[in-house]
Order: sequence, then structure tokens, then C-alpha cells
Amino acid sequence: MCKKINSKEELLNLYNNVKDILEFRKVESESTEKYHISVCGGTGCSSSNSLEILEKLKYWAKECGVENKVEISITGCFGFCERGPIVKIFPDHTFYTKVKPEDAERIIKEHILNHKVIEDLIYKKENGETTAKQDNINFYKKQHRIALRNCGLIDPEVIVETIAAKGYQALAKCLYEMTPEQIIQEVMDSGLRGRGGAGFPTGQKWKFARASVSEKKYIICNADEGDPGAFMDRSILEGDPHSVLEAMAIAGYAIGANEGEIYIRAEYPLAVHRLQIAIQQATELGLLGDHILGTDFSFNINIKYGAGAFVCGEETALIHSIEGCRGEPTIKPPFPAVKGLFEKPTNVNNVETWANIPVIILDGGKKFAEIGTEKSKGTKVFALAGKINNVGLVEVPMGTTLREIIYDIGGGIKNGKKFKAVQTGGPSGGCLTEKDLDTPIDYDNLVAKGSMMGSGGMIVLDEDDCMVNIAKFYLEFTVEESCGKCTPCRIGNKRMLEILNKITDGRGTKEDLDKLNELAHFIKDCSLCALGQSAPNPVLSTMAGFYDEYLAHVEEKRCPAGSCKNLLNYKIIIPNCLGCGMCARNCPVDAIHKTDKFGKNPRLNAYQIDPAKCIKCGTCMSKCPAKPKAIER
Amino acid sequence: MKTNKEMFDELDEFIDSLNCNPSELIAILHRAQSIFGYLPFSLQAHIANKLKISPAKVYGVVSFYSFFTMVPKGKNVINVCLGTACFVRGSDKILEKLEELLHIKNGETTPDGKFTLTSLRCVGACGLAPVMQINGKTYGNLTVDDVEGILAKY
Repeated sequence: MCKKINSKEELLNLYNNVKDILEFRKVESESTEKYHISVCGGTGCSSSNSLEILEKLKYWAKECGVENKVEISITGCFGFCERGPIVKIFPDHTFYTKVKPEDAERIIKEHILNHKVIEDLIYKKENGETTAKQDNINFYKKQHRIALRNCGLIDPEVIVETIAAKGYQALAKCLYEMTPEQIIQEVMDSGLRGRGGAGFPTGQKWKFARASVSEKKYIICNADEGDPGAFMDRSILEGDPHSVLEAMAIAGYAIGANEGEIYIRAEYPLAVHRLQIAIQQATELGLLGDHILGTDFSFNINIKYGAGAFVCGEETALIHSIEGCRGEPTIKPPFPAVKGLFEKPTNVNNVETWANIPVIILDGGKKFAEIGTEKSKGTKVFALAGKINNVGLVEVPMGTTLREIIYDIGGGIKNGKKFKAVQTGGPSGGCLTEKDLDTPIDYDNLVAKGSMMGSGGMIVLDEDDCMVNIAKFYLEFTVEESCGKCTPCRIGNKRMLEILNKITDGRGTKEDLDKLNELAHFIKDCSLCALGQSAPNPVLSTMAGFYDEYLAHVEEKRCPAGSCKNLLNYKIIIPNCLGCGMCARNCPVDAIHKTDKFGKNPRLNAYQIDPAKCIKCGTCMSKCPAKPKAIER
Repeated sequence: MKTNKEMFDELDEFIDSLNCNPSELIAILHRAQSIFGYLPFSLQAHIANKLKISPAKVYGVVSFYSFFTMVPKGKNVINVCLGTACFVRGSDKILEKLEELLHIKNGETTPDGKFTLTSLRCVGACGLAPVMQINGKTYGNLTVDDVEGILAKY
């Protein structure tokens, strides 16, 4: 619909012409003249039929003759995945949660035609209180959205909406007003550190890549989000793909590269689709490709697919994978900034890091550095998941405490259970416990506590989770994903996993715990890449925080959380047994029979479990109506 | 149903469009797997020949990445998410139930070729945990009791 943009002025003119689209959505009002409905089109919500909701809304808008009064579009992830699918109505900012396709008719007829809020679709707190506006929901109150600024606001498949959100203005500013050195200085001033895990200063990285002399250089976007349970990169790519493209072009100009590669997981079809659309639209408008914005600078971006290998998140492995080889890491130095893709200087940054860049350029590095802690600036996106009420994507300033994230934003632990630990940093990280709840979260504090920032996965665990089993889960993951190139990682982690299996099977000894510890430190010291060096972290940190649980497994052959099946022994406590027979009727293997003893009721016989037949499924315990329960394990 | 020749022609055309560039090997394998369903040795040799690289190099890449398979998959592919969020909400129990119902282990295909059971790490729908996908359709908030009913639809 638009012709090529040939200068900064033309971009600003276009912005001035279209900015009202978003003003309408940003400024809350009770006006009923015009409406805009945004339907979440992220992976979480579209898995629960949000696209069907979109179609139905369009159908009913037409059916009721209001299609000129209401615009309906998809948008990126709102982050509140627990309550998805989400539908938000502008300009009154009504926030509908858990919407079903059949609710579309009511939304059009009641809200759009009669201006009435549909009470049963608005957000309801655990205590029954309701609130209709997004800003009043605790989940959003403490958030500070920079990387996710446009997710849930714009339609990612329509570039004009990105332009209305000041998209590509940072690129224009760089090309017309700044030298490459000034850009790098701005990024250094911002204090931005890599959001992919290690936290290396982004400005430094760019400086090294600029300093390398070469005809050809590359920019890479690492979108190989392999940490199980983290989905911030995917949400940014799905909700705001242009911010990443724009940032890559800025970096290309700053370090002297004219080609960029986005390395993305094949498991993210929607993100790939949105990226393809974004690249095509940006190229048509002259914001990517040859002679960007009428200048001499050219920059092209290609999409490269991963094929399911966690180790490819490591930058040297990622580079080998783009070259069409096995994704095995190599020793650094040489760093990619010197010798990277096809042996040329290469700068690799992660998706979330990229998404911060346009804001830093437009508002200035110093302003960005005002947010956060002394050594960790800006905000961080966390994927909050596990045993928590509000699963979703949250962006908070660095230095926010775990307590604020888990209780204020996350709404506390699911089903009123007790908080036990929170796992950060994925398979490379560790567990934080109750005593760490008030620690301000930043890169250095997390490392000091034996965990790490990682890409930002945050898995909340409750009293039912066995820490030995969680450590085993992560180790299974790294054993599967180890590329096998270096011995400590390939063999050492496998031996550690065997010991953990022995412990959870009830065959462990105290010496095994010492062996685990020794092996863990050996693997950390001797592995080639970050995957191996960090693989023992989940074991070490759970051993540090929950050594008594490990001891209970090996000395008493008991799993305190009741999750290791082989260590469970279901027993009926005869004096508590009501004799109702609920357990026996529900037992799938007929292992429960009447005894000749009476239980709580002097006229009814108590039951007992035959341990030889019991498969330890726990059905009896969940069905037992007695209070306290007559079955223990 | 495409003939074998048509499938090879489609693949060759794709490889030619990439100028037979060996650094595009992963993209080529993705395409080959989507055309043929799997990557047997003969197909790997064909690709190696076309790119003028050794078949060992192609095999090295195929065997490295979990996305590539050298055995044909069943008509319906079940993927159980074993990401952390799904795991702590019980996806391991879902997988156990599927193994029990289908009488196969994770990674195997039923003898009638109807189902392949696999697991993956995080589809990114953590709000719906635990989830599984069958032929790309996502089923969320699963309980062990839901599994049988869902399988019956296929």
C-alpha cells in the first residue's frame, strides 16, 4: 500500500500520518464511537483457538452491521498466558480473559452494540474480586515493558502499525545523524548486557566486531531458544518482529556488515511466518535491502533453521550449524568477532537483546541505564511457569525481588501449596529457595546464589516437587543434548545421571553423594563449552539448598516430597480408616482388601494394601474421604 | 500421491535453486524430510552427490539433529512436551499413559503405522501445561484421564 521510503523525512511523514492508529489504543477513554478489538495471536492463545475467535468476531461484526465501527486484528502475546485466550477492547481497555469462540457473539452484541462490559469474561482474582481493565490487574502493575513494548499493542503482520509505534526511527537516526562509533558508545553507555544467558556487555561485543578488519562481516540473531520453559524470544518475534530486524540493521551499520542471519528453531512455525512477512514488508518499504532509506547502506536478512539441538544456542555451535555442519562448539578464542561465520568477523546477539536496541538509540543510553541495578541495566523478561497462579511472560526492571515476581505478579503458588524453590537459568542454572526471595535479581546476584540468569526461564516449584527428581530432569536433558565432542560432558554427565537414577530408585548410598559432588566439579572445570561447564549446576545447587532431601533418599530410602515412585510405600492407618471402601473400589490393580480389624467405625472393617500388588499410583490416597487421611506413604 | 520421481525432481529443483551450496545442507534436509517423510541412507547419498560432499558429512548432520529421522514416521505423530513447565505439571505421567495405551515406547511407531510417539522440549505454550501435539494440533491442560478420549479421535 505504501511506496518505498527514501529519506528520514519521508519516514517521519508516514509516522505522522499513521500515529493516530496507536494513539487511539494508547489513550484510555470511555468513548463509544469507535472500537478496536485486539485478539492475542501468540502461540499459547492460538493453541486455544484464538484465531477462530478472530474469525467469529469478524463474522458477528458484519452480521450486526458494525464492521465500519469496529476494527478487529490480531496482536502479539499479552504475556498473561494463564488466562488466555485474551481479547482486549479499545479505547476502554477492557481485558477479557479465557475467551471462547462462542463468546464472540456476546462481545459484539453486548460490548460493541450496547457498550456493556461482559462480567463473566473479565479477570477474576483468586479472592473473587473482579477487574475489567488491564492496568488494574496485579500481573501488569509492577511490570516495565521495554523489550515487550509492542507485544499486545500492534498487529505484527501490518508494518504500518510498527511505523506508528516509532518503528525504524532509530535506524533512520543512526543512518542520518550518527557515526558507527557514536552508536557503539550509546550502546556501551546503556550498560546493556546479553540477554541470552552469559550477560556479556553488548556494546563491547560490537566494538570488537567493528575493530576486526574485513571486507565481509555478519550479524546473527540467536533465536534458538532451547531452554525448556522459556518463550520470551518466541513472543518477541511473534509480537514485534520489526524491532529485531531494525536492531540488526543498526548493528550492521555500526560494525560494517551488510548481511544478517536469524537462526531460529524449527519448532517455532508461527514466529518464522511472522518474520518472513516482516522481512518482505520492510524490504518493500526500503527499510531493509539495498540503499536503506535512500542512503548508501544496504542490509539483507536471511532466516536459517535449526533442527533441534540445544547446544546450538552456544554461539560457535550456532555458527557451525548455519554453515551446514554438526552444531559442535569450538574453543574460543578466536571469538566470533574475529573469526565467525564463514571465517568472517561476526556479531551474535540474542532476540531479547536486539529488541532493546531501538529504544536505547531513540531515548539514549543514559536514560536506559537509569533502570536496573548498578551492574545490570534495563529490564529482563522472565517466562514464569510451573506451580504458579499466573503463568506468563513478565518484564521487570533488573533488581526486582523474587518475592515481587512470584507473589505480586505471579499471584502466588497454585492451589494454596507451599513455595519450595524457583529454578532459574534452565538446564544451566540452579534453584533459589525461600531465603533468597528478597534478593534483588540481576546477573551477579544470581551467580552469587549458585544459579544464573540464563535466558530467563523461571520455574516455580512447590512442596510436592522432589528436588532430586528436578535435578535428574535437567541432567537427563543435558545428557540428551550433549554434543559428545568433549569427554567430561559426554561421559561425566551420564555417570552423574546414573547415580541420580540409583538414588531415586532407592539404591543410593552416602558415598554416592560425595561422588556426585566430585564429578560435578570436575565436569565444570574441564568441559569445552558453556553447556558442559554449567550442566552440573542443577545438581550442585539442589544439593546446596536441599541436602537433607538427598540424605533422606539415601539413608532412609524415603522421598520427602512423595514424588519418587520407587521410594513410596502406601499404607492404611487402621485407626483412621472409615471402612468406606472408596480406596478398594478405585484401586486399578485390586490391591486393597478388607481386613478382620475394625477401624474408626467400630462396626465397619478397615482395609489394607497388598504391597506386592500396589503400583503406587496414589489413587487410593486421593480418593480417601477420611480426615485426616487414613492412607500415608 | 506423488511418484518417487516427482519427489526427487521437487528436491533437486530446490537444491538447484540454492546453487547446490553445501552450507544450505540443513535447509535441504528440512525440505527433503518434508517431501519424503524421512531421510534414508539412499536419500542422503543422493543429496551428498548433488552437493558434491561426502555422504559421511550428510549422515553426520542427520544424526546430530533430533529433528531429522531416518525411519518413517506413523500416520499420526504425537509429541508430548517434556519442557520444564509441562514436566512439573505432570507431562511425564501423560507420556507414561500414552506408552501404556499404544504399547510402544517414546520414539517408537505402532506396528500398524498409525501412531508415532515422540517427545519434545517446550512448544512454548507453558500457560496450557501440560500439553501434547498430535499432527501439530495442540491439546493443553491435559490430565491422564483425557488421553484415551483424544487418541480415539484419530
